[in-house]
Amino acid sequence: MSGIWVVVEERDGRVSHIGCEAVAAGQKLAALTGLPVNAAVLGAQTEALAGEAATWALAKVARVEHPLLAAYTADGFTLALEQFFAVEKPDFVIFPHTYQVRDYAPALAARLGQVLIGDVTAFSADTAQPARPVFTRQLMQGRLNGAYRHSGNGACFISVQAGAFRADELQAGTAEVCSFSPTIEPAQIRTKPGERFRASAQTIDLGSAQRIVSVGRGIKDAANLPLVQELAAALGAELGASRPICDAGWLPLDRQVGSSGQTVSPKLYLAVGISGAIQHLVGMKGSQCVAAINKDPGAPIFESADYGIVGDLFEVVPALIEAVKAARQ
Amino acid sequence: MKIMVAIKQVPERDAQVRIDAAARWIEESGLQWALNESDAYALEEALQLKEKHGGEVVVVTAGPERVGPTVREALAKGADRAIHIDCADLGSRDALGVARLLAAALKPENPDLVLTGLQSDDLGQGQTGVIVAELLGLPHASLILHVEKTETGLTVKKELEEGWFQTIELPAPAVLTIQSGGNKLRYATLMGIKRAKTKEVRTVTAAELGVDAAPVVVLERVALPQKQKSTQMLTGTAKEAAAALVEKLKFEARVL
Repeated sequence: MSGIWVVVEERDGRVSHIGCEAVAAGQKLAALTGLPVNAAVLGAQTEALAGEAATWALAKVARVEHPLLAAYTADGFTLALEQFFAVEKPDFVIFPHTYQVRDYAPALAARLGQVLIGDVTAFSADTAQPARPVFTRQLMQGRLNGAYRHSGNGACFISVQAGAFRADELQAGTAEVCSFSPTIEPAQIRTKPGERFRASAQTIDLGSAQRIVSVGRGIKDAANLPLVQELAAALGAELGASRPICDAGWLPLDRQVGSSGQTVSPKLYLAVGISGAIQHLVGMKGSQCVAAINKDPGAPIFESADYGIVGDLFEVVPALIEAVKAARQ
Repeated sequence: MKIMVAIKQVPERDAQVRIDAAARWIEESGLQWALNESDAYALEEALQLKEKHGGEVVVVTAGPERVGPTVREALAKGADRAIHIDCADLGSRDALGVARLLAAALKPENPDLVLTGLQSDDLGQGQTGVIVAELLGLPHASLILHVEKTETGLTVKKELEEGWFQTIELPAPAVLTIQSGGNKLRYATLMGIKRAKTKEVRTVTAAELGVDAAPVVVLERVALPQKQKSTQMLTGTAKEAAAALVEKLKFEARVL
């Protein structure tokens, strides 16, 4: 067994931010278990990425390199890591919980008879079983936390949620760089990925907005949107929305806040009728001040809010519009 | 085109969840249940493909007897028949265990396409479809918003992060996990509800499928999350709470 392996992803020629967070998580797990921690970089050309990873406190950095890994495919990445881990026999494998990882890591784990513990937010070990840490992940759209433990033999696969571990706690050092060349035939890559594209030119930049009023399912009907539009106008705020509102076509996609939409960091983020699924929270957690109005006292949005009002938005918002207008006169 | 759609029954979105006495899962008695949201979109995509290309839509689900109404709902929307994998221990199976059940039920059907939702609204693991593809030896694509049948296979629109998309071509048969929002969901018509009553629902047990339940990963405990911030809850009438919020935003947070 070779300890902990962190599989990092590239973004704009560097290790992605969440990739750095995953390495920091790996160093933390190493401290907890006493195992060595390593990183693997995948691609057709990995020298620069490996060079960056080699400046961190890791035992080894492996360049898993093959021309067929130039563009991401689930088949290519699964094959490459299946072969690499057959040699390395890791105790733990850590991924950043990205869309790409969600596309292949469950298949890779299954191929090795394992199950990925995905979207992990924390881990700890009890003294009875130091080698088998407990991993926390969210359940029921963030309303509950679940404690998971790997019980079988072989590697324990986890992916870590964006923001759960801190990239600035990454320990610097030096690592030995090694190479691994997987055997991949073109016919084994069954999917053909095309170019990335955006649906339409983004016209609304919520990222630079100072105040955002965001609306969610609680608004019930498109016909009720003028209510929150009026609140946004009173506050001098941009209007944002959670995914279901844009899915329903009630507001254009470029008003969507969250992992599949825009990431925002306004001074004030006012969430109206938004329960606060994690996909939404990752898009707004950089906000300076968060206020939330929701009828469900157990809504996860209240966990991340500075101020909360439990109530019917159709009563609270009109009152709020009046109060804001009075206060801003 | 024979399209199979793996669906899951989950607690209704607004359901008040209580942790069960053993703190292993939620208290299921008294809960309202619904079709998992992204599975509803998977079903919609399947029905639209059938309308364009003909064929059959078969829904597959695993769960205890209570899944009946959810299966009937799928049939009422237009699925032709259903396979119910009867198992009361779904919660003690991990993602691989559940995928093994589904794959065992799917394989003898030789589908041209398997669709399922991106993730369940209760466990939220987002793994089932990807593992089913692996177990069936089929190519897959995840987070799909749109599916087009081509002469050689499929062209799909995949969602990436931060508002980006990608077109992917893959051969059929394949497994696709469907993201919410790609289509407008239909409602069951009265005629559909009536017809659903006569449609075939075949029940098989986990034992008949030859799939055991031994998990690799165990959910040992559930708990309420710790608050990340100390939230000030503002109470009173709507008017009082609104006034208090404006006061706080103006003088405490200074963001007005």
